[in-house]
Parts: sequence; C-alpha cells; structure tokens
Amino acid sequence: MSTLSERILGAGAGSYVDRAVDRAYVHDGTGLLARAAWTEIGSGVFTDPDRRYLIFDHIVPANTSTTADLHREMREFAALTGMHFFEIGEGVCHQVMAEGRALPGEVIVGADSHSCTLGAFGAFATGVGATDMAGIWVTGGTWFRVPETTGIFLEGALSGAAAAKDVALAYVAALGMDGATYRTLEFVGEGAASLSMADRLTLCNMAVETGAKAGIFHADGVTRAYLAGFGVEAAVQVPEAGTYPDEIEIDLGDVVPLLALPPRVDAVCPVAEKEGLPVDQVFLGTCTGGRYEDLEAFAATVRGKQVAVRTIVVPASRAVLARAVATGVFAALVEAGCAVATPGCGPCLGAHLGVLGEGEVCLSTANRNFKNRMGVGGEIYLASPRTAAATALVGAVTSPEEFL
Amino acid sequence: MRGSGHAVCLGRDIDTDLIIAGRHLRTRDRSVWAAHALEDRDPALAGRLAGAVIMAGGNFGCGSSREQAAVALRDAGVVAVAAPSFARIFFRNAVNIGLPVLECEIPCRDGDQVTFDLEEGWIETGGTRRPVGPLSPRMRAILAAGGLVPFLCGERR
Ligand code: SF4
Repeated sequence: MSTLSERILGAGAGSYVDRAVDRAYVHDGTGLLARAAWTEIGSGVFTDPDRRYLIFDHIVPANTSTTADLHREMREFAALTGMHFFEIGEGVCHQVMAEGRALPGEVIVGADSHSCTLGAFGAFATGVGATDMAGIWVTGGTWFRVPETTGIFLEGALSGAAAAKDVALAYVAALGMDGATYRTLEFVGEGAASLSMADRLTLCNMAVETGAKAGIFHADGVTRAYLAGFGVEAAVQVPEAGTYPDEIEIDLGDVVPLLALPPRVDAVCPVAEKEGLPVDQVFLGTCTGGRYEDLEAFAATVRGKQVAVRTIVVPASRAVLARAVATGVFAALVEAGCAVATPGCGPCLGAHLGVLGEGEVCLSTANRNFKNRMGVGGEIYLASPRTAAATALVGAVTSPEEFL
Repeated sequence: MRGSGHAVCLGRDIDTDLIIAGRHLRTRDRSVWAAHALEDRDPALAGRLAGAVIMAGGNFGCGSSREQAAVALRDAGVVAVAAPSFARIFFRNAVNIGLPVLECEIPCRDGDQVTFDLEEGWIETGGTRRPVGPLSPRMRAILAAGGLVPFLCGERR
C-alpha cells in the first residue's frame, strides 16, 4: 500500500525527492523576509508567477506606519514579480487558497505553518520558512523528505454539540504536541467521508500542532462538489487497501465538546470540566474556526440573544463575510453584540487588534494557546465555535449542549 | 564542519513564540530579534546566548513557521541547537539560514563545554560522545555554504 503522501511525492517514505511546487503562497508576515532572501540571492529570477500568491492577512489593515511601509513594499514586490496579490480584507491566506486555489494531487507550499490546511483537498500541502520560499520562487521547486504516515481512522458521525474542532482537539490530545513530528496524518474511514469540506479543513489545519508535516484527506465526491462551486474540476483519489504502520481510531459519535487549556494545545479536557470559568473575551475566527459554517454555528446559538462578554468575530475571508451577510448570519452576530473586524488573522497572533491584557482570559476558536500568544500575560482556551457561542452568552466557559 | 560552545540547557516543547514573540516581528531591523531571543522563556538568557550551544528537550521550535526564530538565535550568537527532536519547519529554517541543528540524545549540564562535528556526525559533552541524526547530503551542502541563500548563489554562478 502507498500512502497519499507517497503517491503525490512519487517515492517511498524516508526518501528525499526534488519536486516542482504547484502552488506557493506567502502572507504579509513571511513575505517580507522571503523577499529579502530572494533579493539576496540576486538572480532576479521569479518562476511561475501565475502559481504564486501574496495574501495580506496577518496585520490588516496596517496598525502602524511601519507596518504600512512594509505593506507598500510588498505590494510593489507583487507587482514587480507578477504573482497573484490579495489585498487587506481578502482573508486568511489558507482560506483564500481553499476557495478554489488548491487541487487534489498538487504539491502546495505556504510560508506559514498552517499551510497543512490545504491537505483537506487531497493535496500534499506543507509549511516552510521564508528562505525556503525564496528558493522556490527562484528555482520553481524544493526538496522534501517523503514523510511516514499516521492513519487516523474516523468512524461514525458527529452528534450532539460536538464539532470538527472537537475532533481536532481529540486527535491532538491523543498524539501530543510532537506525536507526529515529520509525519503526515492521513484521515480515512467512513467517518472521514461523512465530513464536509469545512470540517476537513479544520482537521487538517491542526495537524501541525502534533508536529506533522501534513494532514490529508482523499479527494472524493464532497471535494469535487465543493470545488465545482468555485468553477474548478477535480479528480477523486481512491485509498489503497492496507494498513498504516501507526494508527489511531476516533469514533466521531463519542466526541464531546472539548477545551485545550493554556498554554498547551494537547492539554485537553471536556468543556464540562471547566464549566463556569469566567472569561474576558471570546474570539471567533482564524484559519481554524472562522469559516462560514463556524459563523453560522455561532449565530445559531446567539441569534436573538445578547453576548455577556466582549466578543470579537473575524470572518476568515471576504467570501465568508459576503455569504454571512447574504444569509443573515452576519446580522445575527452584530445584533447579538459581537464586534466584527476585517477578514484576516485578527487577534490570533497577538500583533494588533484584540490583544489581551495581563491576566485576561480568552476563549478562542483558533489553533494555538502558547504563553503570551495573544498578549503578554493573557491566557487562551481553545474550543469550537459552538462552545465559543455558549461561553459568550454566559460570560464563562459553558458547554454548548445547554443551548442545543 | 566542527563547532563548540557552552551549553545552555532548555526544556522540551520550546515554541517559536517563546523564541521570538509575535510583537517583535514587524520590523526589518534584525538586531531586534536577537535582542529579544528567548525573552519570554527567561529574560536572563539574553546574556548567555553568545557562543552557546542550546541543549533542548524534544520538539524544539514547534509552532509558527516564523524564520525570525532561527535568525534570532543565530544573530544572538548561538553556535548550534541540539535536541532529541525538532519541529520540522524550524529544522529546515535553521539549515536554510546556516544555523546547525543536531538531532541527538545526550545528558548535559548548563555551562558545560559542548563540541560537535556535522560531517562526522557526533556531539560530545562531559566526556560522553553520541551520534547525531544524519542530515541529507543536500542539507549538509546548504549548511556548509552558510545557508540556502549562499548555496543558491553558488549553484547559479
Ligand atoms: S489565523 Fe492565526 S493560525 Fe491562521 S494563519 Fe493567521 S495567525 Fe496563523
């Protein structure tokens, strides 16, 4: 049996391969250093601009004159190279790429650790640093060590108030923060096939929190239908029979709403165990939990009510925002008292809006709760959009089961 | 490629937010990163990084892909980082900017002298010598060139 990573990279686990990179993207954070490295290489060569993307998402709109200057330099760079450019407000890079710009079987590299998100399409997608990206811009490709694979068998179907985010926290807890270092997580089984693209994106997004190089689903009818919505045709991938040297099983029906406790993403407990813990801020957004389905789930809980604590909503992309406006989800959020900000990363990385003060507690739908990530002395609990909504209404950690 | 330095021992799961916090990233002034390297882990480390070999626990460099983390350590004068395992993006970044990374298990004490040889694949401290995980020939060539930028400059010349 070959794993999907082996099939896409064309060699067995453990071998080193040189591969052309089908799509490569950077954001305003990593783009700057990548440009510096590219300039240092000094060849002036920029290959395949039509398959290279610069997406402004990390600090948007600019918060200081320094950021504004750096943004301007990068806009000029995009124009110089001819690569695709996405302005402030277009969304988080991974979500923008997930909107018809990632296809099954492709090798996709992003200068951001959560580039593994795009494995949801059956692509081999992984993150690199800035200098690696500069090398890709010049040469069109890079080297990979073909990863070993951990199979994640999903059975059954989600029930009750449990969401894909809870499944993600469950596998992160099962594997630990370095339980899959250098490996691919391959999501298989009937349960995997039952999940929507939004769910798959959330599951692949958090693969890197276990140290994995990639998270991947086989492209199937769900993938095809989703991509057809963006006018893109995709082929399906059939899993090869066999077993993985390393596997874990999760029955989706057993998953309950979960919480990752600061400052470790793998310190996970049922939401019920922390019920009543006061929070200062709720944050709905990011490449993990800011998709339309996440906003919709949150709105379903808060519609017609008022949040009891400051709540920041950042749609993952302009397309997400537009759809939420069209369906009334956006109005429900605003009327419930949520503060809404420009599509992008928002408070996730603690660099600008929504930063926490000393000792403040935030319940967030993001993927990381490292010490000081959202502000010095702040504490981050990670949970699903439904848990975030229930918590926002009460002002303290609350299980979404109470609002079903 | 042989190197040596004094050991600065750190625990496991040192993430890139701890190595250089997001609040210090929006600048092109590299000296800022070195000045704040590992500050959120322990502000007292700053004075001890020059000439150091960081001896960390597993999963060093997990989290964000920010290359500034590797650059901050290198520019602060860190000679090499040794750990039983690395987060892979940090590992690639370190090689790409010319900071040697040594995958190994070896007991050590703060301040001890550490010596390593990348070609021969070993690390030594306190009278113990251990093998280090092999790097691919490409990675060794990149490190020998001083990083990916000089490597690519050399290749295209
Ligand atoms: S939303 Fe957060 S995790 Fe996702 S790319 Fe932005 S900063 Fe990174």
